Amino acid sequence: MQANTLPLPPRRERAGERVGGPLPLTLPSPRGGEGNNRLAHRASRRVKERLIEAILFLAALVSVFTTLGIVYILVSESLVFFRHVPLWDFLTDTQWTPLFDDAHFGIVVLLSGTLVSSGVALAVAIPLGTVIAIHLSEFAGPRLRETVKPMLELLSGVPTIVYGYFALLFVTPLLQKLIPELPGFNLLSAGIVMGIMIIPTVSSIAEDAMRAVPMSLREGSYAMGATRFQTAVKVVVPAAFSGLLAAYILGISRAVGETMILAVAAGMQPNLTWNPLEPAATITAYIVQVALGDLPHGSVGYQTIFAAGLTLMLITLLFNILGYWLRKRYRETY
Amino acid sequence: MMRQDAAELRALIARHKRWDVVFGVVGLLCLAVGLLTFAALFVDMLVDGYARLRPEFFTEFPSRRAGQAGILSAWIGTTMVMLVTAAVAVPLGVAAGIYLEEYAPKNWVTDVIEINIGNLAGVPSIVYGLLALGLFVYEFGLGQSVATAGLTLALLILPVVIVATREAIRAIPGAIREAAYALGATKWQVVQGHILPYSTGGILTGVIIGMARAIGETAPIITIGALTFIAFLPPSPVMAEPPFISFEWLMSPFTVMPIQIFNWTSRPDPAFQANAAAAGFILVFMTLAMNGLAIWLRLRIRRNIKW
Repeated sequence: MQANTLPLPPRRERAGERVGGPLPLTLPSPRGGEGNNRLAHRASRRVKERLIEAILFLAALVSVFTTLGIVYILVSESLVFFRHVPLWDFLTDTQWTPLFDDAHFGIVVLLSGTLVSSGVALAVAIPLGTVIAIHLSEFAGPRLRETVKPMLELLSGVPTIVYGYFALLFVTPLLQKLIPELPGFNLLSAGIVMGIMIIPTVSSIAEDAMRAVPMSLREGSYAMGATRFQTAVKVVVPAAFSGLLAAYILGISRAVGETMILAVAAGMQPNLTWNPLEPAATITAYIVQVALGDLPHGSVGYQTIFAAGLTLMLITLLFNILGYWLRKRYRETY
Repeated sequence: MMRQDAAELRALIARHKRWDVVFGVVGLLCLAVGLLTFAALFVDMLVDGYARLRPEFFTEFPSRRAGQAGILSAWIGTTMVMLVTAAVAVPLGVAAGIYLEEYAPKNWVTDVIEINIGNLAGVPSIVYGLLALGLFVYEFGLGQSVATAGLTLALLILPVVIVATREAIRAIPGAIREAAYALGATKWQVVQGHILPYSTGGILTGVIIGMARAIGETAPIITIGALTFIAFLPPSPVMAEPPFISFEWLMSPFTVMPIQIFNWTSRPDPAFQANAAAAGFILVFMTLAMNGLAIWLRLRIRRNIKW
């Protein structure tokens, strides 16, 4: 095979497309016109490449600016808010009546709704999600896994407003048959539906973590005569524990930030309660309620939603940091 | 003596094996809870809203009378908002993904960007609504318009598009890049001629999943103060006389499907709740179709990979 027997097009035609190859067929002569052209071409191409890289870099920076924008907006509006309302009152007051004449701003009231509903959701999502993950990773055959995983993904793709409708008009009436005194709006049904919504999030991350556990550990366990269940619970789960924690933390973040299910099914009345059978507004539901009304830009009522949003961000941040720390503490490396 | 030990051992093994069976059943039950809930939701929507699923439902404006109300302004609003979202999120997300995979040097700036994208994916969607309310609505003066909603949702799904782009690019073997560089191609020529075409399928999957998420998002759009009762359409983007194309619709008030559903759900009248169910069924169907398309696309790509 002789490469140079291939018919080559005339050099001039190819000059345009021969792009900065390290091996030019002819050395650029300093006097010749063609060489100068090529140098100019090369320089312009370098400018173009630089320009493209700069544009791509700016696109990547948009995400950083989004974060900065979120922090800036939340903090600057909250600062104005805290000029009207002392931080101490915000943290310790047990009433939340920002739109009344006798205004109280006790975030604990909204926080209780958020924590109770998230608690219910996690009580559903963590056991179910973990069992599903163990089952899919250690018990199910590849056929079952490949059919069930996409179906679970669809479950997390359903719009939350639809889950809200489902919680209010399907799950609540169903629960009322079991608990007759349950009010139409309550944290319980919203929390249960929210929990089912986050099962796929928990189970898919937990399953990934368990599948990443090296086969040799399982083989070692089986060789010692352990059963599947023993291997799963005593070998695989402890080995994947940091990944399981990550899955739970993500589930918590989603539950705390969930809005529409609660706004629809848990009511929008601020209510300091730790009882899931009662209606209560969460931080997110309060923001929705204010946004639905017609509060003038710049009023204290308008600023409350930014203070509420900042609280929400801080809670999610707290859980993320906690998760990061726990993951580091329990990480197993192979 | 030995025989007795063996019998005991067998009993022990049998007992432990029973736990395997028990757990297998429990696992299937848990799966069933998840999937049956989904089935119940789908059927419930269909049963409640079936009477309202007629052609007029798509061509009527919302109305005070439940029987005459429709989702015309809602689905047109959703379409317009999605156009803006896609037009912003796809180029930005793909460009950012390409930068991070092909260009980014290993330094702290890149680290910050990467950590940041991971964190953004975990920010509650309502916080994006607050960002948009403070920034787009008041600072930029865009008001409660289609443009504001589209930009908000674009920022929301940006991490999804970026991550999908990066994964698609990472799946391309390095040999392809090396071959192109060896022939003297520049970085952008490699990206344009090889990286982008080979990762299109994967990127598309991510874009569809992101759009399916955006189409159902309610909280951020309510937070920017979108009106819940809109009985008119935004100005048409196409006109009969020159210049034929108008961008007035970008600044128009609007409503979208999820907000319409929220409005109808929060009314006590069951007739309106039937409307909500019908609209909800359409919305679930749309997101399911989009997600299904994405899953199918992913399987197809996985099967057709040539390297």
